[in-house]
Amino acid sequence: MIRAQLLSLLIRVFSTAAGKSKYWLPIKPATDIALLLAWMNVLITEGWYDKEYVEQYTYGFEQLKKHVKTFTPEWAYGITTIKPDVIRKTAREMFNAAPAVIVHPGRHVTWYGDDTQRLRSVAILNALLGSWGRRGGFYIGEDKGIPDFPHPEYPKPTRDWRDAFPGKYQLADLALANGICDATIPAAGRDCSFKGWIVNGTNLIFTLPDMRNTLKAIESLDLMVVIDTMPMEITGYADVVLPECTYLERYDMVRTSKHREPTIALRAPAVEPKYDSKPGWWMAKELGHKLGLDEYFKYKDIKEVLDWQLKKVGSSLDEMKRIGVKKFDREDGGHLYFDKGEDLEFFTNTGKIELYSTALEAEGFDPMPKYTAHPEPPEGYYRLNYGRAPMHTFSRTANNPNLTDLMDENVVWVNPKVAKVWDLKTGQEVWLENQDGIVSTFPIKVRVTERIRWDSVYMVHGFGHKNEKLSRAHGKGASDSELITNVMVDPIMGGTGMRGNFVTFHVDKPEKGGLL
Amino acid sequence: MRYAMAVDTKKCVGCSDCVVACQTENDVSIGYCRDWVVEINHGTYPQLETEIRSERCNHCDNSPCVRCCPTGASHYSDGGTVLVTKNKCIGCSACIESCPYDARYTHPDGYVDKCTFCLHRVKKGMQPACVAVCPTKCMYFGDLDDPNSSVTKVLKIRNYKVLAPEAGTKPNIYFLI
Amino acid sequence: MKEELIVSGRMNAKIDPVLHAWGWEISVYLFLGGLAAGLLFFAGVYYLLGKAKKYPTAVRKAPVLVPIILALGLFALFLDLHHKPYFWRLYTTVKLQSPMSWGAWTLMVVTPISMIWAAINIREWLPNWDWKFQWAKDIEKFFVGYKKHMAWLMVIFGVILGIYTGILLSAFNARPLWNTSILGPLFLTSGLSAGSALIMLISKSKKERKVFAQIDLILIGIELFFIVHMFMGFMASTQVQQEAAQLFLGGHLTAQFWIFVVVLGLLVPAALEIMELRKIHIPVLVPVALILFGSFMLRWLITYGGQLSRYLY
Repeated sequence: MIRAQLLSLLIRVFSTAAGKSKYWLPIKPATDIALLLAWMNVLITEGWYDKEYVEQYTYGFEQLKKHVKTFTPEWAYGITTIKPDVIRKTAREMFNAAPAVIVHPGRHVTWYGDDTQRLRSVAILNALLGSWGRRGGFYIGEDKGIPDFPHPEYPKPTRDWRDAFPGKYQLADLALANGICDATIPAAGRDCSFKGWIVNGTNLIFTLPDMRNTLKAIESLDLMVVIDTMPMEITGYADVVLPECTYLERYDMVRTSKHREPTIALRAPAVEPKYDSKPGWWMAKELGHKLGLDEYFKYKDIKEVLDWQLKKVGSSLDEMKRIGVKKFDREDGGHLYFDKGEDLEFFTNTGKIELYSTALEAEGFDPMPKYTAHPEPPEGYYRLNYGRAPMHTFSRTANNPNLTDLMDENVVWVNPKVAKVWDLKTGQEVWLENQDGIVSTFPIKVRVTERIRWDSVYMVHGFGHKNEKLSRAHGKGASDSELITNVMVDPIMGGTGMRGNFVTFHVDKPEKGGLL
Repeated sequence: MRYAMAVDTKKCVGCSDCVVACQTENDVSIGYCRDWVVEINHGTYPQLETEIRSERCNHCDNSPCVRCCPTGASHYSDGGTVLVTKNKCIGCSACIESCPYDARYTHPDGYVDKCTFCLHRVKKGMQPACVAVCPTKCMYFGDLDDPNSSVTKVLKIRNYKVLAPEAGTKPNIYFLI
Repeated sequence: MKEELIVSGRMNAKIDPVLHAWGWEISVYLFLGGLAAGLLFFAGVYYLLGKAKKYPTAVRKAPVLVPIILALGLFALFLDLHHKPYFWRLYTTVKLQSPMSWGAWTLMVVTPISMIWAAINIREWLPNWDWKFQWAKDIEKFFVGYKKHMAWLMVIFGVILGIYTGILLSAFNARPLWNTSILGPLFLTSGLSAGSALIMLISKSKKERKVFAQIDLILIGIELFFIVHMFMGFMASTQVQQEAAQLFLGGHLTAQFWIFVVVLGLLVPAALEIMELRKIHIPVLVPVALILFGSFMLRWLITYGGQLSRYLY
């Protein structure tokens, strides 16, 4: 039996994963790159890296070696508070396991505005350990291509969010989270801004940081159409709400994503839609019809589309309704990992794993990661960390009867030392005020726990709903989104760093109201 | 036949999917539950230890609830499962008081309710609902008399504990540690 | 810091956040059961000792109240049942290991006997009572012939009933505060003390009152001894029992227990009874009310506190 060992790192809260780890490094928040650089330093100076792999597949090792030379564990100790011997021991542990080791990038990684560089550091470590494409490391996933139902070519949009950021974020392959808002709010020097939004199943008020900016953008719109399954904050701002039936009441497009074996999955209705709700595909087709775009929707209903698509990949709607999930063989006969010494080309300028990034260099950014210090909480303030509870999906399930039964509000985690200073007790309600003077609309209960550092607080995202139609969620807990007004945008990819907000406590209800 | 369950505290992340599965499978009213998830933290930051456990009735071999029931409503059934016969239960709460695990509650209809190991599913060859849905597959259910059952096998290779063994109840939920 | 929480948000009514499945109904039932047991015991004992004439209140007058006391107690118990239509299920089986089953059957014996004893002594309260029908008079006459047998049953089942009120709780090892066999004798003594107090209150005879004051003093002494003994037992036992005892030894029920049960319920009435015996006149209602109040509070605090005590794992 192979026993996986978990090293939990880069986590300032003592998370569930940390609780199951062999090592948990309680790093000082916002200093992660320093630790990652120190590991590179140790791996390279001790020779604890995959020499063949690095030689064959990477570009810029010598530059990296020179770059990290001074980033010793002793240097990192002063920044991260992680002891040098722990850094060396964990580096050794990773090398011992290599290539069956993953330095996992995590999820929701937009923290401090230098996130591209932090994630590059993670990728560089994986490259040094040779874990990409190797057994026990990252396998090469494969998906099943599903062809499009025949339609005339779609017209190309003449404008997009990039118009709001001329010359910036050239490397970004997705729209900036706040980019749509910025491209909507009229600005001098830009001849046009977005006039209408169709918002599909996302409560932008809560999902985007800097609520003030989102609200400003919404006020600049001529039309906002919201498609959702239940009333949310965003539906309150909509000109038109199109009520969608839930996922249990509708067909959706075939799911296909990368797995060890290419796998497709069908979502089929289990029950009839309730009330006057309709599936998304129906809305699209009917809107297309009203707009005179019937040529793009040349089918009776989605079942026809699904059946056509599924037959193209050797299945059918009937079969998928029966089996739900179908696995396929890999195209090239099971190439889950790189063969030893296999000749490979990666999607980079040099065709290699770029330890030294030529793409970043060309755009005028640091080709190798550097540590930069980030602001620390002022006296009496605590870094606001947020995360998810396994019971809820973002803010979308806050009104679900079963899930509300499990967890009907969020609480703010406070270290016992902090609780002592403020005389806070578990279960006591407080209001939070952030560095910009924004106060939470609703109070939140305190949880005094050792699981949080003394310079930080933590709360689960997705609570503190204002919409009274959310009968179970209204006014339960507080909204972290409301308090995230400082957004540190990553100059490379445009990621919205949200971990630079600091909050303080109010035991009595403050005069000031919140943003909601 | 001795039904038992093993819960891997190293794998459980506390998502509580088991709780919702039980509520929907067994028609447990919202606001009540037959299984639940406990989190225990020891220590001082950053020297901390956390244990997460999905808990339910222990279907004890020496069940205080069966012993104290004045009408025989609480009884042993197939494989040592402890069940409550609704129309024998007078709702006196003696069994609730007798349970060191607080695994029983009074159903809104008046009788006392608890985990049944989903015997109705087990009889059809299925797993209990909580075990079937667990996304981390941290629960093992089966017959301790069967050397090939998943629970027997996992108890052979892993360290485990039971809750409050000093209560003398001889519980049948094992926690892998 | 140790932190323990139910992350799935369990909120089962009367279980969470702290167990309170048994409320005032059970405490009232235990108190009235103990009181009835005390009255039956004294009536039986003094009848068998041939002192019916000397202690008419204990033997004849006070026991008339027993069926009423039992009815009230059973009504309180009935209120506590959540599946009331199935109440009769208690009497379709005998469960030797279940104290509650024992209690149900004990009451099945005690209640009719107490009713008969009350019926043949009803004239103590209503001197002009007439059974009206000949057959009723015949039945009365029949039972008068069996007084001695009934008296024996009253003594035996009075003791069983009195002990049962304690054993009902002590049989639950899940609640460390209850899990001590001293609870049976303690509740029996407390029930006897309550019974003797009620007899003192009803009695018109100075001599009878004096005897029962003396009996009560002895019982109070025994009760205090049992209470000390109970705590000694807890402190010498496992961690869970030590922690259970802490509820009354510094924990948050400490003041209630020592003030209401020990001082007001035992020491003050004992002092008042001693003063009365030393010819310092005290209105009899005062010590009696305090004894009854203390007797109830003992049961209430033990019932309530027991549900706060638990196994730690």
